[in-house]
Amino acid sequence: MVDQAALENDEPLLVAEALSKSFGRIAACRDVSFALYPGEVLAIVGESGSGKSTLLQMLSGQLTPSAGHVSYRMRDGITRDLTTLGEAERRFLFRTDWGFVHQDPAQGLRMAVSAGANVGERLMAVGWNHYGRIRDTASDWLTRVEIDTARIDDAPRTYSGGMRQRLQIARNLVTEPRLVFMDEPTGGLDVSVQARLLDLLRSLVAELNLAVVIVTHDLAVARLLSHRVMVMKGGRVIETGLTDQVLDDPREPYTQLLVSSILPP
Amino acid sequence: MNAPAYNFAYLDEQTKRMIRRAILKAIAIPGYQVPFASREMPMPYGWGTGGVQVTAAILGPQDVLKVIDQGSDDTTNAISIRKFFAKTAGVATTTATDEATVIQTRHRIPETALHANQVLVYQVPIPEPLRFLEPRETETRRMHALAEYGLMHVKLYEDIARFGHIATAYAYPVKVNARYVMDPSPTPKFDNPKMDNCPALQLFGAGREKRIYAIPPYTQVVSLDFEDHPFEPYRFNAPCALCGAENSYLDEIVTDDKGGRMFVCSDTDYCEGRQAAGHHGSLSAAPYKEKAQEKSNG
Repeated sequence: MVDQAALENDEPLLVAEALSKSFGRIAACRDVSFALYPGEVLAIVGESGSGKSTLLQMLSGQLTPSAGHVSYRMRDGITRDLTTLGEAERRFLFRTDWGFVHQDPAQGLRMAVSAGANVGERLMAVGWNHYGRIRDTASDWLTRVEIDTARIDDAPRTYSGGMRQRLQIARNLVTEPRLVFMDEPTGGLDVSVQARLLDLLRSLVAELNLAVVIVTHDLAVARLLSHRVMVMKGGRVIETGLTDQVLDDPREPYTQLLVSSILPP
Repeated sequence: MNAPAYNFAYLDEQTKRMIRRAILKAIAIPGYQVPFASREMPMPYGWGTGGVQVTAAILGPQDVLKVIDQGSDDTTNAISIRKFFAKTAGVATTTATDEATVIQTRHRIPETALHANQVLVYQVPIPEPLRFLEPRETETRRMHALAEYGLMHVKLYEDIARFGHIATAYAYPVKVNARYVMDPSPTPKFDNPKMDNCPALQLFGAGREKRIYAIPPYTQVVSLDFEDHPFEPYRFNAPCALCGAENSYLDEIVTDDKGGRMFVCSDTDYCEGRQAAGHHGSLSAAPYKEKAQEKSNG
């Protein structure tokens, strides 16, 4: 018997081919290629200005590459180049099959509407039209991200930083996406809150078989969450490999510098 | 020289052509907000500059104009606009809904059913139904273009979460011709069902925001709702105190500082028509008696 799920996992979900982006004379990103498989977590690490965020924006279709292609395997199994998608299709993809977790939750949330509506918005956008069911699903997701359901009607501006970030994750995951982009999801949170958030993310990723591209400058985040690591410097990928291999036995001098600059606990 | 001080209906012909082009486009795409070069009018923004420009552009010498403000023919705003067109266009004016060919309105749709060959012109303060949820104009335009209206339900969701029911009582969002979500201007949601499949042409003018939109005759207009919280028109549960009407939209009028109040039809023409036809409410006896006495004395 053919295992359909295994077959599914055999094909890459997202493929980047020779991606480059230049802003005038500045080359922000040069010749980046990789393939991401379902359920795989890829961390992109590097210092500020190394081209991580530019790469993430190209991967998520928000920025058109100067050269190269990004293709994505849609739910119907057909792999398509993102640039050939119409704006409507791209936006639909963005709020159903994809998630995007911003560093600043205020960018990813509607701060003035209640948490329940924040989580429910994606459902309503895909045509859910039953208040009771939307609310039940929202409250279920708040529980999953460890937010007290008594606060479902409070606006996120009354939430703490850690809660906002967890709410943003719930809002993104409610449509059961297959791929989530994360831009420094733990930035600006204190250490204990970071630890809880990472713990939560790790269990959700495993539970939902999510593929994740996570951009971070924090190697500890990469070590905890990711299967593979890509190290960027000056717009180029200088080293790539399994997470523990790259972080425990860095080959490139720059990676060695990055790893050694972590303060010992 | 005996050239008139103003062109017919105040606006010059080129401006009227520009507005008519916007109106034609609006009729061709029901519910879509067409930008137009709104002119400075001799009245403040918020008093109906959009409606006045639309009326000026469609008015002909044979038209009969009715102007209502919150259903009433005799408020300052309604009287001023009616006089304005009587003066600048010399058109006949009326307060009877049946006789009018053009009705400019603020915040109400007349109770008397409209018929074909009538045009209802709404004054609109904020044409964008998504405005308070999405402040960026670029983004709201894109959402209309791609028919991404999930956000509209977020507003209704918030209402139910906060108040237990859809508490939006006016400017209740509608979907026109199964495509564009539209703000019906601040009419009470009681009036929403009247917009659906209406034989009259409905035009909306927003002067400050520089937008015109339209509902052509016999167009489907559906109020947004949830399956488990369906749309319900709201009305005070009382008969009109003057004409006894059980099915008209009512104004609440405070009559003293001891909690006394009365409910009367907000549509004055409808109410007067019913009174003339012999209908009475609980408070209509006194003024009629006075009138009768005056007659017998004189």
